[in-house]
Amino acid sequence: MLIDQVLFYVLAVLILGSAVMTITRRNVVYSAVWLISTLVGVAGIFLLQGAEFLAGVQVIVYIGGIMVLFLFVIMLVPLEEEASQRRFSNQKWLALATGLAVLAMLAVIVVRGIGSLDHPGPAPPPGPASLTQNSEAVGRVLFTEYLLPFELASILLLVAIIGAIVMSKARRRQTES
Amino acid sequence: MMDLVFTANDFHVLKPAVVLCLFGCGILLSDAFLVRRTGKRWLNAVTALVGEAIVALVVLQHLSDVRAGGAFSGLSGSIVIDGFGVFFNIIFVLSGALAVILSVRYMEAEGEHRGEYYALVLFAQAGMSIMATGNDLVVLFVALETMALSFYVMVGFLRRSKRSNEAAMKYLILGAFSSGLLAYGFSILYGIAGSTSIEAIGTAVAERPDGDWVTTLALITTSVGLFFKISAVPFHMWAPDVYEGAPTPTAAYVSVASKAASFALMIRIFLSAYGSAAESWMPLLAGIALITMTVGNLAAVTQSNLKRLLAYSSVAHAGYILLGLVAANDAGLRGIAIYILAYVFMNYGAFALIAALRRDGEAAEEIDDLNGLAGRAPGYTILVAIFMLSLAGIPPMAGFYGKYYIFLGLLREGYYVLAVFAALYVAVAAYYYFRIIRACWLTGSGDKPAALDLGLGTRVALVGSGVLTVVIGVLPQRFLALAGESVLLALR
Amino acid sequence: MEVTTSHYVVLSTLLMLVGVIGILTRRNILVLLMSVELILNAVNINLIAFSASQQQVHGQVFSIFVITVAAAEAAVGLGILIALFRNKHTVHADEIDLLRW
Repeated sequence: MLIDQVLFYVLAVLILGSAVMTITRRNVVYSAVWLISTLVGVAGIFLLQGAEFLAGVQVIVYIGGIMVLFLFVIMLVPLEEEASQRRFSNQKWLALATGLAVLAMLAVIVVRGIGSLDHPGPAPPPGPASLTQNSEAVGRVLFTEYLLPFELASILLLVAIIGAIVMSKARRRQTES
Repeated sequence: MMDLVFTANDFHVLKPAVVLCLFGCGILLSDAFLVRRTGKRWLNAVTALVGEAIVALVVLQHLSDVRAGGAFSGLSGSIVIDGFGVFFNIIFVLSGALAVILSVRYMEAEGEHRGEYYALVLFAQAGMSIMATGNDLVVLFVALETMALSFYVMVGFLRRSKRSNEAAMKYLILGAFSSGLLAYGFSILYGIAGSTSIEAIGTAVAERPDGDWVTTLALITTSVGLFFKISAVPFHMWAPDVYEGAPTPTAAYVSVASKAASFALMIRIFLSAYGSAAESWMPLLAGIALITMTVGNLAAVTQSNLKRLLAYSSVAHAGYILLGLVAANDAGLRGIAIYILAYVFMNYGAFALIAALRRDGEAAEEIDDLNGLAGRAPGYTILVAIFMLSLAGIPPMAGFYGKYYIFLGLLREGYYVLAVFAALYVAVAAYYYFRIIRACWLTGSGDKPAALDLGLGTRVALVGSGVLTVVIGVLPQRFLALAGESVLLALR
Repeated sequence: MEVTTSHYVVLSTLLMLVGVIGILTRRNILVLLMSVELILNAVNINLIAFSASQQQVHGQVFSIFVITVAAAEAAVGLGILIALFRNKHTVHADEIDLLRW
């Protein structure tokens, strides 16, 4: 159990540190790389909680798909002018206020409400067989109870495909002008 | 463990969304293989309208089923067909069909008349249909995102226009942000209940101790996400820019249908999931409703662009509709329903006139562009007057009854101060709506006057909306009865 | 001290907070989109932690949908960004006249 605790804190520091780096870097490429580091940390959290299938999805879809898409678009955007720009907008104070408000609320939650969400009972035992078990259980629930959102997600992805193509396709006639 | 069975009943409850998705895919295919070869782009709109007609029949069938045997559910309770869901499906069919009709001429004039647009109209409607009938967090979330993504693309559909691109970008970033917050709230609700079903969550929330901070965190994040979607102040800043940059028919579709769907989701979540915590969210909602009405109405007074003015007026309308949820009684919820029904016709009518207003082929969207309209097109000037009077809530127009029932609901619950403020703002709203009517009678400043460019479809839609705006106002009984049916089951 | 579900909730709330601050302060559209990804990851941490504490996989399935939505939003967002860049040649939020918030 001790190793779990150590891993949790290591991953938490990795996730939050990388997240802060993501939103503070001047160069977008660095932001993207720090975001990948956050995503790896989150995948680690998934493993720690026995969600092996999700950890795989996180690495393959998020890091392998979404982040590559991000880096691809960054390539299309010139970065030289980027570095000379002001980094933050004029809403620092609003952001600070929001941050403090949420932190205060979090403090109250930690002091008063901590433990109220914990349910008794040990976590499912990890073991060599748990990967197949986890995938099987996820698949079973996905295709029975969540059949409708699964089908609807196909429409969602179709809309995303149409959107990406409509928006980014070069116009044959007008581009030259 | 549940078996993998898909019964006839499951199919029956899903029919509206299934038909919409089939026709959406059909348009994509026929556009690629048939329509582009013949060059008859309006065929896509016809296909979409046939789809809407079939959905209308399905929804009417649902309505008669509900009237005969009460609410029924399918897919192990994740979709519930009740008066509430059927009512909102009627709203979506009307606004989807109107969006298709208005788009033909407008997209033609802007040179972006493509089949994908109509497919997106239908996919968005499929998402909204499930949003109004869904009873499970996962279903609601995916449906909401299907709707939202379709709208982001439709808003940016005028690819050559910078304003359209910018509007789409802004809408997407703020929309994705608000969806993220909403999903965060949903995740905590799942944690509280250990289930994604709205009923189970309602029971679990009721069992939490009073002033529970975990429930509060969930409540705050879901509310902020929903406030963005209905453009309540202070989360309204996307609305004017998006309405201004979007193709005008899309702006109408976003302002009517997306708002109605978000309100459906909001009513379902607040009354079912958070029903027991009403004392903690009622003051929050009342406060948000009050500042939404204030900011929306006061900002609308200063606008010179018609689409921005209507955007702020729609912010103000969101405030009024929120008041119905604050009252949360029969009159208030009936008011919400009749308000949204009237809003479909009056808002589409107003946007249709703006969409048709052009000078030398360019869209003309300033209030001054209306100058001299009374002399050139007296018939349409009367329509302008009807829509504006109705938006202002002046009897005997349709817009009056929504406000009337919402005020009634507020008074019955003892919210006198809110009712007084709401009534005061009706006067402010009347000022800027009358300004639009007056502009039609002023003579132009010498520029070439803007003319109305109306296709046959737009004419039919305009006259139909105008007639219905008056009919709902003069003979409201049947419509009020329909609105009443939507309420009783939502309140339970 | 034992690591409980509440620890995970605190971690996810902090991650969400970083994402919200990113949205409110940064001007670069790509970073704004990345901040949205941070918020969605916070959601996923919550879902997985609750899923484990309740010993069921429903939360894991929910988070599959959240990842799907994140992918779809990123694809459309980046598509719009490319269209915008073609017309305007900027990725800065405030340089776009309308995009002031």
